[in-house]
Amino acid sequence: MIIADRKPVDEIVGMVSDAKKILVLGCRGCVTVCSAGGEREVEILASLIRLGMLKQGKKIETVEGTLVRQCDKEYIDGIDEWQGQYDAIVSMACGVGVNFIANLRPTTKVYPAVNTSFFGGSADQGVWMEQCAGCGNCVLHLTGGLCPVARCAKSLMNGPCGGSVNGRCEIHPDVECIWQSIHDRLGRIGNAAAMNTIAPIRDWSTAGHGGPRKTLRDDLTI
Amino acid sequence: MTFTPDIQAFCCHYTSQQTIAEGREGLKEDGLPANVTLNRVVCTGKLQVSTLLKAFEEGADGIYVVGCPADQCHNIKGSQRAAKRVDAIKKALAELAVEPERIEMFHLERGFHPEFVEAAQLMNKRITALGPCPFKGETK
Repeated sequence: MIIADRKPVDEIVGMVSDAKKILVLGCRGCVTVCSAGGEREVEILASLIRLGMLKQGKKIETVEGTLVRQCDKEYIDGIDEWQGQYDAIVSMACGVGVNFIANLRPTTKVYPAVNTSFFGGSADQGVWMEQCAGCGNCVLHLTGGLCPVARCAKSLMNGPCGGSVNGRCEIHPDVECIWQSIHDRLGRIGNAAAMNTIAPIRDWSTAGHGGPRKTLRDDLTI
Repeated sequence: MTFTPDIQAFCCHYTSQQTIAEGREGLKEDGLPANVTLNRVVCTGKLQVSTLLKAFEEGADGIYVVGCPADQCHNIKGSQRAAKRVDAIKKALAELAVEPERIEMFHLERGFHPEFVEAAQLMNKRITALGPCPFKGETK
């Protein structure tokens, strides 16, 4: 899922300081699961914004809502439920949601309440770890299912580097050397020989360096 | 001009049980400041961040939560959860340039003990010194 973190409250209050009434809009997708932008977080943020505005001697009306997702047109249409009740939307969805609102509501002011961080999973309660970089050219079949692009500090295709010490990365002792883990795992699944294969120079053109990426499925388009 | 802060205390059933059994007069005799309002909850772990923020919105100058000792909560981790939520609000207050010490967590033993009243006195003294909560400024 997409992992996000709420922005500092003062930054968010600064975005809406000229507004009289706002819609604080959560998303029931990824940001609900990572506790950054679901219903509960909407309630908390709305309260914090009201308090922040009170501190500035201003009063702001807040309407709270949460959409099933903010990354599909049909769900964005749900915003019409609050039509006329806000000057601006504070979206607690990931950056995709903010973009979708901006795309589909050309005259509506929309502000991001979270920093969209990475693709990850829950490592422990309250802890999320990056697992995938969305690079568009998956090599997990070659690396035992562990991603060197997202989980190696240098995104090495032929690791480990000389900074791997006792299974840990040189950038921080808390970080596992994913290439050590790849080596160990390939051995466990009877594919240790794969470590001898030298990966060629990688084509990063799928990784977003050439502008926004697009997926087109002819079998689904109408 | 003297300032008497509005202080809202959120206490779990167990830590406040005996103290509240004394009644308002008994608490007053023990030294509980009259401007401290006790809100009893079944367990501080049940307290939501939004509930505590609402108390600020409704005019509290200071807020504190009294829960069981971290390793003796009747509901295992209730008071630990409450402490985490209080910390989250401290962080948010700091982001808004409001004194984080306007909210505090206390872990106290169950039953009657002077520390329950002392926590109230400590918060009363602290918040009186800080002055009115910045959220209570005149709105434009």
